[in-house]
Amino acid sequence: MDTSKRRPGREFVWPHDDVSRVPFRVYTDPQIYADEQARLFQGPTWNFLCLEVELPNAGDYKTTFVGDAPIIVVRDEAGAINAMVNRCAHKGSLVCYKPRGNVAELTCVYHNWTYDLRGKLTGVAFERGVAGKGGLTDEFDKADYGLERLRVETCRGLVMGTFSDATPGFADYIGAELLGCIGRVFVRPLKVLGYHSQMLPNNWKLYTENNKDSYHASLLHVFHNTFGVVRPTMGGGVRLSQNGWHHLSYTEREPVADDEIGKEKVRSLKQKYALDDPSLLEHRLELGDQITNSIQTVFPTLVIQQILNALAIRQLIPRGVGQSELLWTILGFEDDDDDMLELRLKVNNLVGPAGLVSMEDGCVGGWVQRAAMADGEASTVMPMGGSAIEPSQGSRVTEAAVRGFWKGWRECMGV
Amino acid sequence: MTVTAELDREHALRLRLEALATDYVHCIDDDRLEEWPDFFTEDGSYRVTSRENFDLGLPVSLIYCHGRGMMRDRISAMRVANIFEPHTYCHLVSAMKLEETDAGLPSPKRSSGFAQAGGHRTRSNFTVIRTMSDGAMSVFACGRYLDHVVEQAGVLKYRERTVILDSKRIDTLLIIPI
Repeated sequence: MDTSKRRPGREFVWPHDDVSRVPFRVYTDPQIYADEQARLFQGPTWNFLCLEVELPNAGDYKTTFVGDAPIIVVRDEAGAINAMVNRCAHKGSLVCYKPRGNVAELTCVYHNWTYDLRGKLTGVAFERGVAGKGGLTDEFDKADYGLERLRVETCRGLVMGTFSDATPGFADYIGAELLGCIGRVFVRPLKVLGYHSQMLPNNWKLYTENNKDSYHASLLHVFHNTFGVVRPTMGGGVRLSQNGWHHLSYTEREPVADDEIGKEKVRSLKQKYALDDPSLLEHRLELGDQITNSIQTVFPTLVIQQILNALAIRQLIPRGVGQSELLWTILGFEDDDDDMLELRLKVNNLVGPAGLVSMEDGCVGGWVQRAAMADGEASTVMPMGGSAIEPSQGSRVTEAAVRGFWKGWRECMGV
Repeated sequence: MTVTAELDREHALRLRLEALATDYVHCIDDDRLEEWPDFFTEDGSYRVTSRENFDLGLPVSLIYCHGRGMMRDRISAMRVANIFEPHTYCHLVSAMKLEETDAGLPSPKRSSGFAQAGGHRTRSNFTVIRTMSDGAMSVFACGRYLDHVVEQAGVLKYRERTVILDSKRIDTLLIIPI
Protein backbone atom coordinates (compact mmCIF):
# COMPACT_ATOMS: atom_id res chain seq x y z
CA MET A 1 0.00 0.00 0.00
CA ASP A 2 1.22 3.47 -0.81
CA THR A 3 1.25 5.00 2.68
CA SER A 4 2.07 8.47 1.40
CA LYS A 5 -1.52 8.73 0.24
CA ARG A 6 -2.76 8.41 3.79
CA ARG A 7 -0.54 11.07 5.29
CA PRO A 8 -2.43 14.20 6.05
CA GLY A 9 -0.65 17.23 4.76
CA ARG A 10 -0.42 19.98 2.23
CA GLU A 11 0.18 17.50 -0.54
CA PHE A 12 -3.54 16.75 -0.72
CA VAL A 13 -4.50 16.32 -4.35
CA TRP A 14 -8.08 16.14 -5.57
CA PRO A 15 -8.28 12.52 -6.68
CA HIS A 16 -10.95 12.82 -9.37
CA ASP A 17 -11.43 14.47 -12.74
CA ASP A 18 -14.48 16.41 -11.63
CA VAL A 19 -16.48 17.28 -8.54
CA SER A 20 -19.13 14.60 -8.77
CA ARG A 21 -17.02 12.48 -6.42
CA VAL A 22 -15.62 13.79 -3.13
CA PRO A 23 -12.98 12.01 -1.04
CA PHE A 24 -14.06 11.42 2.59
CA ARG A 25 -10.71 12.75 3.72
CA VAL A 26 -11.91 16.34 3.24
CA TYR A 27 -14.24 15.83 6.22
CA THR A 28 -11.70 14.27 8.58
CA ASP A 29 -8.21 15.63 7.87
CA PRO A 30 -7.07 18.23 10.44
CA GLN A 31 -4.54 19.66 7.99
CA ILE A 32 -7.24 20.32 5.41
CA TYR A 33 -9.27 21.98 8.17
CA ALA A 34 -6.31 24.22 9.03
CA ASP A 35 -5.79 25.10 5.37
CA GLU A 36 -9.46 26.00 5.05
CA GLN A 37 -9.04 28.68 7.71
CA ALA A 38 -6.35 30.49 5.74
CA ARG A 39 -7.39 29.80 2.18
CA LEU A 40 -11.16 29.77 2.37
CA PHE A 41 -12.54 31.51 5.45
CA GLN A 42 -9.77 34.13 5.39
CA GLY A 43 -9.54 33.87 1.61
CA PRO A 44 -11.68 35.40 -1.15
CA THR A 45 -15.06 34.73 0.46
CA TRP A 46 -17.83 36.84 2.03
CA ASN A 47 -18.95 35.60 5.44
CA PHE A 48 -22.09 36.56 7.32
CA LEU A 49 -21.34 38.62 10.45
CA CYS A 50 -24.70 39.83 11.74
CA LEU A 51 -27.76 41.82 10.75
CA GLU A 52 -27.78 45.61 10.65
CA VAL A 53 -30.88 45.58 12.83
CA GLU A 54 -28.87 43.92 15.62
CA LEU A 55 -26.66 47.00 15.88
CA PRO A 56 -29.12 49.92 15.92
CA ASN A 57 -26.98 52.39 17.91
CA ALA A 58 -23.45 53.70 17.93
CA GLY A 59 -21.33 51.50 20.16
CA ASP A 60 -23.56 48.42 19.74
CA TYR A 61 -21.42 45.37 19.15
CA LYS A 62 -21.88 41.68 18.58
CA THR A 63 -19.27 38.94 18.61
CA THR A 64 -19.21 36.16 16.06
CA PHE A 65 -16.82 33.95 14.10
CA VAL A 66 -15.50 33.66 10.56
CA GLY A 67 -14.22 30.14 10.47
CA ASP A 68 -12.19 29.80 13.66
CA ALA A 69 -11.48 33.51 13.86
CA PRO A 70 -13.36 35.40 16.59
CA ILE A 71 -14.83 38.63 15.25
CA ILE A 72 -16.23 41.85 16.74
CA VAL A 73 -18.85 43.66 14.66
CA VAL A 74 -19.55 47.16 15.93
CA ARG A 75 -21.36 50.29 14.80
CA ASP A 76 -19.24 53.41 15.17
CA GLU A 77 -20.19 57.02 15.99
CA ALA A 78 -20.55 57.84 12.30
CA GLY A 79 -23.03 54.99 11.82
CA ALA A 80 -20.64 52.76 9.86
CA ILE A 81 -20.31 49.08 10.75
CA ASN A 82 -16.78 47.82 11.36
CA ALA A 83 -15.53 44.29 11.84
CA MET A 84 -12.27 43.37 13.50
CA VAL A 85 -10.63 40.21 14.69
CA ASN A 86 -11.50 39.90 18.38
CA ARG A 87 -7.91 39.57 19.52
CA CYS A 88 -5.91 42.19 21.36
CA ALA A 89 -2.75 43.23 19.51
CA HIS A 90 -0.84 42.93 22.78
CA LYS A 91 -1.20 39.44 24.24
CA GLY A 92 -3.98 38.13 22.07
CA SER A 93 -6.80 38.05 24.59
CA LEU A 94 -10.38 38.37 23.40
CA VAL A 95 -11.23 42.06 23.56
CA CYS A 96 -14.99 41.42 23.81
CA TYR A 97 -15.91 38.33 25.77
CA LYS A 98 -19.68 38.87 25.89
CA PRO A 99 -22.04 38.00 23.01
CA ARG A 100 -23.31 41.56 22.63
CA GLY A 101 -23.30 44.94 24.29
CA ASN A 102 -22.79 48.66 23.92
CA VAL A 103 -19.45 50.36 24.46
CA ALA A 104 -17.86 53.77 23.91
CA GLU A 105 -14.55 52.14 23.04
CA LEU A 106 -13.10 48.65 22.98
CA THR A 107 -10.97 47.82 25.98
CA CYS A 108 -9.05 44.64 26.54
CA VAL A 109 -9.45 43.84 30.23
CA TYR A 110 -6.13 42.00 30.46
CA HIS A 111 -3.81 45.07 30.36
CA ASN A 112 -6.30 47.81 29.53
CA TRP A 113 -5.24 48.42 25.95
CA THR A 114 -7.96 50.48 24.36
CA TYR A 115 -9.17 50.71 20.76
CA ASP A 116 -11.68 52.99 19.10
CA LEU A 117 -14.74 51.56 17.36
CA ARG A 118 -12.76 51.24 14.13
CA GLY A 119 -10.12 49.13 15.81
CA LYS A 120 -7.40 51.78 16.09
CA LEU A 121 -5.23 51.48 19.18
CA THR A 122 -5.84 54.65 21.20
CA GLY A 123 -4.53 53.87 24.66
CA VAL A 124 -1.99 51.67 26.39
CA ALA A 125 -2.13 51.44 30.19
CA PHE A 126 0.98 52.88 31.90
CA GLU A 127 2.19 54.00 28.49
CA ARG A 128 4.73 56.31 30.18
CA GLY A 129 5.48 53.86 32.97
CA VAL A 130 5.33 54.80 36.62
CA ALA A 131 7.51 57.57 38.03
CA GLY A 132 9.49 57.66 34.81
CA LYS A 133 10.28 53.96 34.86
CA GLY A 134 8.92 51.26 32.57
CA GLY A 135 6.31 51.94 29.91
CA LEU A 136 6.66 52.08 26.15
CA THR A 137 9.82 53.16 24.36
CA ASP A 138 9.75 55.67 21.50
CA GLU A 139 10.00 52.94 18.89
CA PHE A 140 6.48 51.73 19.69
CA ASP A 141 4.00 53.32 17.30
CA LYS A 142 0.38 52.72 18.27
CA ALA A 143 -0.62 53.06 14.60
CA ASP A 144 1.06 49.69 13.99
CA TYR A 145 -1.01 47.86 16.57
CA GLY A 146 -4.67 48.20 15.70
CA LEU A 147 -7.10 45.30 15.66
CA GLU A 148 -6.99 43.38 12.39
CA ARG A 149 -9.83 44.72 10.26
CA LEU A 150 -12.12 42.93 7.83
CA ARG A 151 -13.72 44.54 4.79
CA VAL A 152 -17.41 45.00 5.49
CA GLU A 153 -20.36 45.39 3.14
CA THR A 154 -24.04 45.50 3.92
CA CYS A 155 -26.73 44.09 1.65
CA ARG A 156 -30.46 44.19 2.42
CA GLY A 157 -29.73 44.26 6.13
CA LEU A 158 -27.05 41.56 6.04
CA VAL A 159 -23.62 42.55 7.32
CA MET A 160 -20.96 40.61 5.44
CA GLY A 161 -17.21 40.56 6.04
CA THR A 162 -14.15 39.34 4.20
CA PHE A 163 -10.51 39.11 5.18
CA SER A 164 -9.25 39.33 1.63
CA ASP A 165 -8.66 42.32 -0.63
CA ALA A 166 -9.08 39.95 -3.56
CA THR A 167 -12.76 39.26 -2.83
CA PRO A 168 -14.96 41.04 -5.38
CA GLY A 169 -17.70 43.32 -4.06
CA PHE A 170 -20.60 41.37 -2.56
CA ALA A 171 -22.98 42.09 -5.45
CA ASP A 172 -20.46 40.79 -7.98
CA TYR A 173 -19.59 37.91 -5.66
CA ILE A 174 -23.05 36.38 -5.78
CA GLY A 175 -24.23 37.84 -9.08
CA ALA A 176 -27.30 39.85 -10.02
CA GLU A 177 -29.78 36.98 -10.14
CA LEU A 178 -29.06 35.68 -6.64
CA LEU A 179 -28.73 39.22 -5.30
CA GLY A 180 -32.30 39.73 -6.47
CA CYS A 181 -33.33 36.60 -4.58
CA ILE A 182 -32.06 38.09 -1.30
CA GLY A 183 -34.08 41.18 -2.09
CA ARG A 184 -37.12 39.02 -2.71
CA VAL A 185 -37.11 37.76 0.91
CA PHE A 186 -35.81 40.80 2.78
CA VAL A 187 -38.41 43.15 1.39
CA ARG A 188 -39.11 45.16 4.53
CA PRO A 189 -37.22 46.13 7.70
CA LEU A 190 -36.35 42.99 9.64
CA LYS A 191 -37.00 42.09 13.23
CA VAL A 192 -35.13 39.39 15.15
CA LEU A 193 -37.60 36.97 16.77
CA GLY A 194 -35.08 34.65 18.39
CA TYR A 195 -31.83 32.74 18.22
CA HIS A 196 -31.06 29.02 18.25
CA SER A 197 -27.81 27.12 18.25
CA GLN A 198 -27.44 23.55 17.07
CA MET A 199 -24.23 21.61 17.57
CA LEU A 200 -23.70 19.32 14.62
CA PRO A 201 -21.48 16.27 15.09
CA ASN A 202 -19.90 16.67 11.68
CA ASN A 203 -17.45 18.62 9.59
CA TRP A 204 -18.92 21.95 8.49
CA LYS A 205 -18.94 20.97 4.81
CA LEU A 206 -21.41 18.15 5.38
CA TYR A 207 -23.99 20.67 6.53
CA THR A 208 -23.14 23.07 3.71
CA GLU A 209 -23.59 20.27 1.19
CA ASN A 210 -26.87 19.34 2.83
CA ASN A 211 -28.21 22.83 2.20
CA LYS A 212 -27.21 22.71 -1.45
CA ASP A 213 -28.70 19.24 -1.84
CA SER A 214 -32.23 19.78 -3.06
CA TYR A 215 -32.47 16.06 -3.85
CA HIS A 216 -32.68 14.95 -0.19
CA ALA A 217 -35.47 17.22 0.97
CA SER A 218 -38.48 15.03 0.23
CA LEU A 219 -36.60 11.82 1.02
CA LEU A 220 -34.99 12.52 4.40
CA HIS A 221 -37.50 15.03 5.71
CA VAL A 222 -40.48 12.75 5.75
CA PHE A 223 -42.71 15.25 7.52
CA HIS A 224 -43.18 16.88 4.11
CA ASN A 225 -44.70 13.84 2.51
CA THR A 226 -46.41 12.43 5.55
CA PHE A 227 -48.41 15.54 6.21
CA GLY A 228 -48.51 16.82 2.63
CA VAL A 229 -46.17 19.79 2.74
CA VAL A 230 -44.07 19.45 -0.37
CA ARG A 231 -43.34 16.79 -2.97
CA PRO A 232 -40.56 16.57 -5.51
CA THR A 233 -43.04 17.16 -8.29
CA MET A 234 -44.22 20.53 -7.09
CA GLY A 235 -43.02 23.41 -9.23
CA GLY A 236 -39.66 24.95 -8.55
CA GLY A 237 -36.06 24.57 -9.44
CA VAL A 238 -32.46 25.30 -8.66
CA ARG A 239 -30.60 28.45 -9.60
CA LEU A 240 -26.85 28.78 -9.52
CA SER A 241 -24.46 31.69 -9.65
CA GLN A 242 -22.34 31.85 -12.78
CA ASN A 243 -19.36 30.28 -10.98
CA GLY A 244 -21.50 27.65 -9.26
CA TRP A 245 -20.50 28.74 -5.74
CA HIS A 246 -23.91 30.00 -4.60
CA HIS A 247 -27.36 28.61 -5.12
CA LEU A 248 -31.07 28.95 -4.61
CA SER A 249 -33.49 26.05 -4.44
CA TYR A 250 -37.18 26.89 -4.42
CA THR A 251 -40.61 25.37 -4.53
CA GLU A 252 -43.72 26.91 -6.00
CA ARG A 253 -47.37 26.23 -5.45
CA GLU A 254 -48.26 24.29 -8.55
CA PRO A 255 -49.27 20.82 -7.48
CA VAL A 256 -48.60 18.08 -10.02
CA ALA A 257 -50.78 14.96 -10.22
CA ASP A 258 -50.22 12.59 -7.34
CA ASP A 259 -49.90 9.53 -9.57
CA GLU A 260 -46.61 10.92 -10.89
CA ILE A 261 -45.05 10.56 -7.49
CA GLY A 262 -47.04 7.43 -6.78
CA LYS A 263 -44.83 5.64 -9.29
CA GLU A 264 -41.76 6.39 -7.25
CA LYS A 265 -40.90 4.30 -4.26
CA VAL A 266 -40.99 7.11 -1.78
CA ARG A 267 -41.22 5.37 1.55
CA SER A 268 -42.65 8.45 3.13
CA LEU A 269 -45.89 8.84 1.27
CA LYS A 270 -48.31 8.08 4.05
CA GLN A 271 -51.33 10.11 3.17
CA LYS A 272 -53.40 8.51 5.91
CA TYR A 273 -51.82 10.90 8.36
CA ALA A 274 -53.21 14.33 8.91
CA LEU A 275 -52.37 17.01 11.40
CA ASP A 276 -54.73 17.56 14.33
CA ASP A 277 -53.97 21.22 14.11
CA PRO A 278 -52.80 22.18 10.61
CA SER A 279 -52.53 25.85 11.59
CA LEU A 280 -48.76 25.52 11.74
CA LEU A 281 -48.75 25.01 7.98
CA GLU A 282 -50.82 28.10 7.25
CA HIS A 283 -49.02 30.27 4.73
CA ARG A 284 -49.66 33.92 4.09
CA LEU A 285 -48.20 34.90 0.75
CA GLU A 286 -46.25 37.96 1.81
CA LEU A 287 -43.44 38.20 -0.73
CA GLY A 288 -45.46 38.87 -3.85
CA ASP A 289 -45.17 35.43 -5.43
CA GLN A 290 -46.28 31.80 -5.06
CA ILE A 291 -42.98 30.48 -3.70
CA THR A 292 -43.50 28.40 -0.58
CA ASN A 293 -39.92 27.34 0.16
CA SER A 294 -36.68 28.96 -0.79
CA ILE A 295 -33.27 27.98 0.47
CA GLN A 296 -30.47 30.24 -0.68
CA THR A 297 -26.80 29.75 0.07
CA VAL A 298 -23.94 32.20 -0.10
CA PHE A 299 -20.59 30.44 -0.27
CA PRO A 300 -19.24 29.23 2.06
CA THR A 301 -21.54 29.13 5.08
CA LEU A 302 -24.58 31.42 4.88
CA VAL A 303 -28.12 30.19 4.32
CA ILE A 304 -31.13 32.44 3.82
CA GLN A 305 -34.28 30.49 4.49
CA GLN A 306 -37.94 31.02 3.65
CA ILE A 307 -40.12 28.06 4.55
CA LEU A 308 -43.70 29.31 4.30
CA ASN A 309 -43.56 32.32 6.66
CA ALA A 310 -40.57 31.05 8.61
CA LEU A 311 -37.71 33.36 7.72
CA ALA A 312 -34.23 32.79 9.05
CA ILE A 313 -30.53 33.25 8.62
CA ARG A 314 -28.47 30.16 9.25
CA GLN A 315 -24.80 30.80 9.92
CA LEU A 316 -22.48 27.85 10.15
CA ILE A 317 -19.36 28.01 12.31
CA PRO A 318 -16.76 25.23 12.06
CA ARG A 319 -15.79 23.98 15.53
CA GLY A 320 -12.89 21.71 14.75
CA VAL A 321 -12.65 19.16 11.99
CA GLY A 322 -15.48 16.93 13.25
CA GLN A 323 -17.94 19.42 14.70
CA SER A 324 -19.79 22.56 13.68
CA GLU A 325 -22.27 24.97 15.20
CA LEU A 326 -25.31 26.14 13.33
CA LEU A 327 -26.57 29.52 14.51
CA TRP A 328 -30.15 30.30 13.59
CA THR A 329 -31.42 33.88 13.62
CA ILE A 330 -35.20 33.70 13.34
CA LEU A 331 -36.72 36.70 11.59
CA GLY A 332 -39.94 38.53 11.03
CA PHE A 333 -40.67 41.97 9.70
CA GLU A 334 -40.79 45.08 11.83
CA ASP A 335 -44.38 45.73 10.72
CA ASP A 336 -45.77 42.26 11.57
CA ASP A 337 -49.06 42.53 13.42
CA ASP A 338 -50.01 40.22 16.31
CA ASP A 339 -51.70 37.66 14.04
CA MET A 340 -48.66 37.52 11.79
CA LEU A 341 -46.38 37.10 14.79
CA GLU A 342 -48.48 34.19 16.10
CA LEU A 343 -48.38 32.62 12.64
CA ARG A 344 -44.57 32.94 12.58
CA LEU A 345 -44.25 31.47 16.07
CA LYS A 346 -46.27 28.45 14.95
CA VAL A 347 -44.59 27.88 11.59
CA ASN A 348 -41.21 28.06 13.28
CA ASN A 349 -42.01 24.61 14.66
CA LEU A 350 -40.91 23.42 11.22
CA VAL A 351 -37.34 24.73 11.55
CA GLY A 352 -34.52 25.06 14.06
CA PRO A 353 -32.91 22.32 16.16
CA ALA A 354 -36.37 20.89 16.95
CA GLY A 355 -37.81 21.66 13.53
CA LEU A 356 -40.27 19.16 12.14
CA VAL A 357 -38.71 19.51 8.68
CA SER A 358 -35.16 20.39 9.63
CA MET A 359 -34.13 18.31 12.63
CA GLU A 360 -32.86 15.41 10.52
CA ASP A 361 -30.16 17.66 9.09
CA GLY A 362 -28.77 17.74 12.62
CA CYS A 363 -28.04 14.03 12.70
CA VAL A 364 -27.49 12.91 9.11
CA GLY A 365 -24.17 14.73 8.76
CA GLY A 366 -22.95 12.96 11.88
CA TRP A 367 -23.79 9.63 10.31
CA VAL A 368 -21.64 10.47 7.28
CA GLN A 369 -18.88 11.73 9.57
CA ARG A 370 -18.80 8.50 11.58
CA ALA A 371 -18.76 6.37 8.45
CA ALA A 372 -16.21 8.59 6.70
CA MET A 373 -13.66 8.19 9.50
CA ALA A 374 -12.93 4.66 8.40
CA ASP A 375 -11.47 5.38 4.99
CA GLY A 376 -10.36 8.82 3.83
CA GLU A 377 -9.49 7.54 0.38
CA ALA A 378 -12.97 6.35 -0.46
CA SER A 379 -15.31 8.85 -2.07
CA THR A 380 -18.93 9.89 -2.20
CA VAL A 381 -20.65 9.96 -5.55
CA MET A 382 -23.12 12.60 -6.71
CA PRO A 383 -24.50 11.57 -10.07
CA MET A 384 -27.94 13.21 -9.91
CA GLY A 385 -28.33 15.54 -12.85
CA GLY A 386 -25.11 14.30 -14.45
CA SER A 387 -21.80 15.95 -13.68
CA ALA A 388 -22.70 19.43 -14.85
CA ILE A 389 -22.91 22.48 -12.64
CA GLU A 390 -25.90 24.19 -14.15
CA PRO A 391 -29.31 25.47 -13.08
CA SER A 392 -32.36 23.28 -13.26
CA GLN A 393 -35.90 24.39 -13.97
CA GLY A 394 -38.86 22.36 -12.79
CA SER A 395 -36.88 19.76 -10.88
CA ARG A 396 -34.91 19.70 -7.71
CA VAL A 397 -33.73 16.15 -8.28
CA THR A 398 -30.20 17.29 -8.98
CA GLU A 399 -26.92 17.57 -7.12
CA ALA A 400 -25.65 20.37 -9.33
CA ALA A 401 -25.49 22.88 -6.47
CA VAL A 402 -23.45 20.50 -4.33
CA ARG A 403 -21.01 20.07 -7.18
CA GLY A 404 -20.92 23.85 -7.46
CA PHE A 405 -19.92 24.03 -3.80
CA TRP A 406 -17.01 21.67 -4.41
CA LYS A 407 -15.94 23.70 -7.41
CA GLY A 408 -15.79 26.77 -5.15
CA TRP A 409 -14.01 24.83 -2.43
CA ARG A 410 -11.32 23.61 -4.83
CA GLU A 411 -10.86 27.08 -6.29
CA CYS A 412 -10.35 28.59 -2.81
CA MET A 413 -8.15 25.78 -1.60
CA GLY A 414 -6.07 25.55 -4.78
CA VAL A 415 -6.45 21.78 -5.00
CA MET B 1 -57.83 29.73 59.46
CA THR B 2 -55.16 28.83 61.97
CA VAL B 3 -51.52 28.94 60.98
CA THR B 4 -51.35 25.16 61.25
CA ALA B 5 -54.36 24.65 59.01
CA GLU B 6 -52.88 27.03 56.47
CA LEU B 7 -49.59 25.13 56.48
CA ASP B 8 -51.42 21.83 56.08
CA ARG B 9 -53.28 23.23 53.16
CA GLU B 10 -50.11 24.53 51.51
CA HIS B 11 -48.43 21.21 52.14
CA ALA B 12 -51.29 19.27 50.56
CA LEU B 13 -51.27 21.55 47.52
CA ARG B 14 -47.51 21.25 47.21
CA LEU B 15 -47.76 17.46 47.25
CA ARG B 16 -50.32 17.54 44.46
CA LEU B 17 -48.22 19.91 42.35
CA GLU B 18 -45.14 17.81 42.88
CA ALA B 19 -47.09 14.68 41.94
CA LEU B 20 -48.14 16.35 38.68
CA ALA B 21 -44.54 17.29 37.88
CA THR B 22 -43.38 13.79 38.79
CA ASP B 23 -46.03 12.02 36.71
CA TYR B 24 -45.15 14.30 33.80
CA VAL B 25 -41.47 13.34 33.70
CA HIS B 26 -42.14 9.63 34.18
CA CYS B 27 -44.56 9.75 31.26
CA ILE B 28 -41.80 11.16 29.05
CA ASP B 29 -38.99 9.01 30.40
CA ASP B 30 -41.17 5.88 29.96
CA ASP B 31 -41.87 6.85 26.33
CA ARG B 32 -45.62 7.06 26.95
CA LEU B 33 -45.65 10.21 24.86
CA GLU B 34 -49.17 9.72 23.53
CA GLU B 35 -50.30 10.54 27.08
CA TRP B 36 -48.13 13.65 27.28
CA PRO B 37 -50.73 16.12 25.88
CA ASP B 38 -53.15 15.04 28.61
CA PHE B 39 -51.04 16.82 31.20
CA PHE B 40 -52.25 20.05 29.63
CA THR B 41 -55.62 21.74 29.39
CA GLU B 42 -57.19 21.48 25.95
CA ASP B 43 -56.03 25.03 25.12
CA GLY B 44 -52.81 24.71 27.11
CA SER B 45 -49.52 25.91 25.80
CA TYR B 46 -46.11 24.30 25.85
CA ARG B 47 -43.00 26.15 24.89
CA VAL B 48 -39.30 25.29 24.96
CA THR B 49 -36.98 28.25 24.72
CA SER B 50 -33.51 29.28 25.82
CA ARG B 51 -32.57 31.54 28.66
CA GLU B 52 -31.01 33.87 26.09
CA ASN B 53 -34.25 34.31 24.15
CA PHE B 54 -36.29 34.51 27.34
CA ASP B 55 -34.06 37.18 28.86
CA LEU B 56 -33.97 39.18 25.62
CA GLY B 57 -37.77 38.98 25.42
CA LEU B 58 -37.58 37.23 22.05
CA PRO B 59 -40.75 35.26 21.30
CA VAL B 60 -39.61 32.40 19.08
CA SER B 61 -39.29 28.99 20.70
CA LEU B 62 -37.62 25.73 19.79
CA ILE B 63 -40.98 24.05 20.25
CA TYR B 64 -44.25 25.94 20.54
CA CYS B 65 -47.53 24.11 20.92
CA HIS B 66 -50.71 26.04 21.46
CA GLY B 67 -53.37 23.51 22.30
CA ARG B 68 -53.29 19.74 22.68
CA GLY B 69 -53.71 19.28 18.92
CA MET B 70 -50.27 20.69 18.23
CA MET B 71 -48.85 18.53 21.00
CA ARG B 72 -50.41 15.40 19.50
CA ASP B 73 -48.97 16.42 16.10
CA ARG B 74 -45.50 16.67 17.62
CA ILE B 75 -45.79 13.14 18.92
CA SER B 76 -47.29 11.66 15.75
CA ALA B 77 -44.57 13.36 13.68
CA MET B 78 -42.00 11.80 15.98
CA ARG B 79 -43.61 8.38 15.64
CA VAL B 80 -44.19 8.28 11.88
CA ALA B 81 -42.16 10.99 10.18
CA ASN B 82 -39.08 12.32 11.91
CA ILE B 83 -35.79 10.47 11.65
CA PHE B 84 -33.36 10.47 14.53
CA GLU B 85 -31.07 8.16 16.44
CA PRO B 86 -33.01 6.38 19.20
CA HIS B 87 -32.43 7.83 22.66
CA THR B 88 -34.06 8.15 26.05
CA TYR B 89 -34.25 10.83 28.71
CA CYS B 90 -33.93 10.73 32.45
CA HIS B 91 -35.42 13.86 34.00
CA LEU B 92 -34.31 15.05 37.42
CA VAL B 93 -36.70 17.65 38.81
CA SER B 94 -36.08 19.65 41.93
CA ALA B 95 -36.52 22.91 43.83
CA MET B 96 -40.19 23.46 43.15
CA LYS B 97 -41.31 26.83 44.40
CA LEU B 98 -44.90 28.00 44.69
CA GLU B 99 -44.78 31.52 43.35
CA GLU B 100 -48.47 32.37 43.26
CA THR B 101 -51.57 30.46 44.05
CA ASP B 102 -55.27 31.08 44.29
CA ALA B 103 -55.33 29.14 47.53
CA GLY B 104 -54.67 32.28 49.51
CA LEU B 105 -51.02 31.76 50.28
CA PRO B 106 -49.03 34.82 51.08
CA SER B 107 -46.87 35.78 48.15
CA PRO B 108 -44.60 38.74 47.67
CA LYS B 109 -44.98 38.54 43.89
CA ARG B 110 -48.76 38.47 43.47
CA SER B 111 -49.46 40.15 40.17
CA SER B 112 -52.58 41.90 39.07
CA GLY B 113 -54.59 39.88 36.60
CA PHE B 114 -53.58 36.59 38.09
CA ALA B 115 -56.65 36.37 40.31
CA GLN B 116 -58.88 36.15 37.21
CA ALA B 117 -56.79 33.39 35.67
CA GLY B 118 -56.81 31.33 38.84
CA GLY B 119 -54.59 28.38 39.46
CA HIS B 120 -51.08 28.15 40.71
CA ARG B 121 -47.78 29.41 39.42
CA THR B 122 -44.71 27.38 40.18
CA ARG B 123 -41.14 27.16 39.08
CA SER B 124 -38.79 24.22 39.38
CA ASN B 125 -35.43 23.12 38.09
CA PHE B 126 -34.71 20.20 35.81
CA THR B 127 -31.82 18.28 34.35
CA VAL B 128 -32.23 15.92 31.43
CA ILE B 129 -29.66 13.20 30.96
CA ARG B 130 -29.83 11.73 27.49
CA THR B 131 -28.75 8.18 26.71
CA MET B 132 -28.22 7.20 23.10
CA SER B 133 -28.86 3.68 21.84
CA ASP B 134 -25.10 2.97 21.78
CA GLY B 135 -24.88 3.91 25.46
CA ALA B 136 -23.39 7.38 25.10
CA MET B 137 -24.73 9.58 27.91
CA SER B 138 -24.70 13.33 28.27
CA VAL B 139 -26.33 16.14 30.17
CA PHE B 140 -28.62 17.13 27.33
CA ALA B 141 -30.33 20.04 29.03
CA CYS B 142 -30.87 21.80 32.28
CA GLY B 143 -32.97 24.77 33.21
CA ARG B 144 -36.30 25.62 34.77
CA TYR B 145 -39.97 25.03 34.25
CA LEU B 146 -42.26 28.03 34.66
CA ASP B 147 -45.73 26.61 35.09
CA HIS B 148 -49.27 27.79 35.36
CA VAL B 149 -51.34 24.94 36.75
CA VAL B 150 -55.13 24.92 36.97
CA GLU B 151 -57.61 22.44 38.39
CA GLN B 152 -60.15 20.90 36.03
CA ALA B 153 -62.70 18.40 37.35
CA GLY B 154 -60.51 17.78 40.33
CA VAL B 155 -57.37 17.15 38.25
CA LEU B 156 -54.39 19.49 38.03
CA LYS B 157 -53.35 20.39 34.47
CA TYR B 158 -50.79 22.66 32.93
CA ARG B 159 -52.36 25.67 31.30
CA GLU B 160 -48.87 26.87 30.48
CA ARG B 161 -45.57 25.11 30.75
CA THR B 162 -42.56 27.17 29.66
CA VAL B 163 -39.30 25.26 29.53
CA ILE B 164 -36.32 27.56 29.75
CA LEU B 165 -33.06 25.91 28.78
CA ASP B 166 -29.98 27.37 30.42
CA SER B 167 -27.98 26.74 27.27
CA LYS B 168 -29.10 27.76 23.82
CA ARG B 169 -26.95 25.03 22.34
CA ILE B 170 -28.89 21.92 21.35
CA ASP B 171 -26.71 18.93 20.71
CA THR B 172 -27.72 17.44 17.34
CA LEU B 173 -31.49 17.80 17.65
CA LEU B 174 -34.43 18.08 20.02
CA ILE B 175 -37.36 15.78 19.43
CA ILE B 176 -38.57 14.31 22.73
CA PRO B 177 -40.35 16.95 24.79
CA ILE B 178 -38.73 18.11 28.01
